[in-house]
Amino acid sequence: MLKLKFVKTLVVASAVSLVAATGALAFPEKSIEYIIPFGPGGESDISARFQQPFFKDKFGQDLVVSYKPGGGGAVGWAQLNSMAGDGYTIMGINLPHIVIQPAQKDVGYTTEDIKAFYMFHYTPDAIVVTADSPYQTLEDLIADAKANPGSVTMSGSGKATANHLAQIRFDKMAGIKTTYVPFKGTGASVTAMLGKQVKAQWGYTTVGAAQGDAVRMLAVAMEERHPLFPDVPTFKELGFDMVGGAYRGMAVPKDTPDETVKALSDMFGEINADEAFRKQMLDGGFALLDVGVDGMGDFMKARKDEYIEAATEAGLLN
Amino acid sequence: MGFEHLANALTLTNLALALFGVVAGTIIGSIPGLSATMAVAVLVPITFAMPPASALILLGAIYTGAIYGGAYSAILLNTPGTPSAIGTTFDGYPMAKRGDGDLAVAIACYASVFGGMIGALALLLLAPPLSSVALAFGPVEYLWLSIFGLSLIASLSTGNLLKGLAGGAFGLLLSCVGVAEISADIRLTFGSSTMIGGIEVVGALIGLYCIPVLIDLVATPERHLKVEEGGRAVRFREGALLAWRSRFNLLRSSIIGTVIGILPGAGGSVAGLVAYSEAKRTAKPGQKFGEGEPDGIMATEAANNATVGGGFIPTLVLGIPGTPPDAVILGALLVQGVRTGPTLFDSGGSIVYTFIFGLFIATILMLPTGLLIGRYAYKTIVTIPKTILVPSVGFMTIIGTFAIRNSISDVIIMIVLGTVGWVLSRFGFAASPIVLGLILGPIAEQGFVQAWIIGEATGNLTGMFFGRPISLAIIAFTVLSLVYPVIQGRRAKKLLEMQAGSNAKTDD
Repeated sequence: MLKLKFVKTLVVASAVSLVAATGALAFPEKSIEYIIPFGPGGESDISARFQQPFFKDKFGQDLVVSYKPGGGGAVGWAQLNSMAGDGYTIMGINLPHIVIQPAQKDVGYTTEDIKAFYMFHYTPDAIVVTADSPYQTLEDLIADAKANPGSVTMSGSGKATANHLAQIRFDKMAGIKTTYVPFKGTGASVTAMLGKQVKAQWGYTTVGAAQGDAVRMLAVAMEERHPLFPDVPTFKELGFDMVGGAYRGMAVPKDTPDETVKALSDMFGEINADEAFRKQMLDGGFALLDVGVDGMGDFMKARKDEYIEAATEAGLLN
Repeated sequence: MGFEHLANALTLTNLALALFGVVAGTIIGSIPGLSATMAVAVLVPITFAMPPASALILLGAIYTGAIYGGAYSAILLNTPGTPSAIGTTFDGYPMAKRGDGDLAVAIACYASVFGGMIGALALLLLAPPLSSVALAFGPVEYLWLSIFGLSLIASLSTGNLLKGLAGGAFGLLLSCVGVAEISADIRLTFGSSTMIGGIEVVGALIGLYCIPVLIDLVATPERHLKVEEGGRAVRFREGALLAWRSRFNLLRSSIIGTVIGILPGAGGSVAGLVAYSEAKRTAKPGQKFGEGEPDGIMATEAANNATVGGGFIPTLVLGIPGTPPDAVILGALLVQGVRTGPTLFDSGGSIVYTFIFGLFIATILMLPTGLLIGRYAYKTIVTIPKTILVPSVGFMTIIGTFAIRNSISDVIIMIVLGTVGWVLSRFGFAASPIVLGLILGPIAEQGFVQAWIIGEATGNLTGMFFGRPISLAIIAFTVLSLVYPVIQGRRAKKLLEMQAGSNAKTDD
């Protein structure tokens, strides 16, 4: 009976990943495992799910999403290079995580260990308040923080994360002092903001997309305004040079051959270029990014310098 | 909501999906380690090709089935198939031990269906107003709620409070291993990078509950469960009668489950434990919780299935997942292009109501399928020879633990914890206080740290911790549940003395 149960479960599971064993010669000739180093349901998972159907459509093979959560992603990244480097295993990567984690402590990998091949989107930082908040504009929040240093509480997801670094950088630029309250994930941080446990939230444009009229974004950290929110100013417009957020992409085990890495980079570039895909992502509040394997070195270096500087100043690296 | 939505939910495809979902969910949920979250996540890609309402019905049915399925292994193997079923082991396994496993499985099914219906009813009729509960709970409330949960250790460890507290403290310590959820500190890993991921709760559950059972099975010559000789009539009716007698317990537990399901920071395990502790607190004289009391099973199972409907309330109304499986379902909806949150009930109303009716149908379908699968599971576990049972269950615990995070180190941790748990049980330490500490520790820690930061920033620490009405109510309940057993014990003693004094005959 127990064995029977097992067989049944396996049938259910394998029905999902069932791959027609056709004799296609070109890469990929079988399904690709896409490991998300977080639990299901988060933004890393959701954006991977967006890619999934397009991959199948364009390349005829399944992109099978699986999860390896633990240590805020560190468990997965520490094991990436011990996996098969044949191009059939890829792993989701996140910034600033893969820069900050190894800089703080020994987490079993270094930033240079991670062979990133494509960064496909970011969720731009944004200050979010409830619709009935007294803060109508960013100026209101800054004025309150100047008058009452430390008493403006702002929720965010985790410590030494994109939200936290954004708070540190913005406080410095605006010459204010706010209090950052870390929560477990964006969901809990939104809940705290909506429930008025805190005065504002360091969140992302995706929060504005999901919450609609219930919230107001005071500013977003993008070069230009997000097409979904034409009325929300960028930090740049308001005089703060802040562009960024949580970046997401994919990496392969170190020993994956260069031509395979290039092929993967081109494939995901093709998905990113698809109008339907772009529209889905933008409607969800994401901002697209097209950094392939060729531009990866410069991109990573720029991000790394920025994060390390902010984290060092805030005393997060000790 | 209206008849057209009910009619939409009743199409042949949707009915078939609900049936498939419930059956698949029940089977997956009954295997320790294969949780509701995973069952839902595995099936998400299939739903991409479906209309949104059908996709939701399938995922909701799997979810509700998986929560119920967790009861089987809790009752028959003393191993909660999902964390939601922890409380089910307390009375379920003793019932199975004494030969009442079939009855236990039947009442678990009735209670689950009842709880599921109440949760779905709340979702249908009261979702928008109830969603404000999710927002009223801030860090301090979660802190006190988890302390209330920890107070259950006192009532769980009857006669051995010190060992219970020691177990709870051990669990709290275990919960600190790895990267701290909100401070990002790395703790108690002793330099090992495999420990960074911390101790996985489900893996720990499997180890602490199942491994001692396996060791005892091998170490003793007796049968696993007592079996009544001679084909006994099916005990569905007896179970139904018991459930009817406990209808107030069922209703109270379902309401507790619905409300806790709404809280994004809690979940099925906390709901089941709180309902269990309330049922125990209000026990009638003669009821022996922890020794095979049907009301204990009913409280947990009604509450954990009520969290399904309850959890969908913040998910659909606020766009904030109430439980981990809800987060996956929310993601699937987003890929489908359905935007949950404040506007959903207006713009996507028909999908929502079709789904809610689908959830009702899935819950009702759980009654026949649950009883049937339950009976089959019971018969198999009872009749299967030990030589096959032990290796199969052993195999299952390893696969189940591995499957949670695709991690071999979780398997090793599970086996080590199981062995430690077995040794500790020899010295009278129970597994449940350890597990309570492990589950509630992080919730308490996060709540405390956040409340402290906010309280300090606003210059009102005392008011933060002791000045909020909901917190005060939870504190009052905690004190009540700690003091009540003492008062009850005194009263019973007095009653006994009086009876002895007057030489009165005992009734019943």
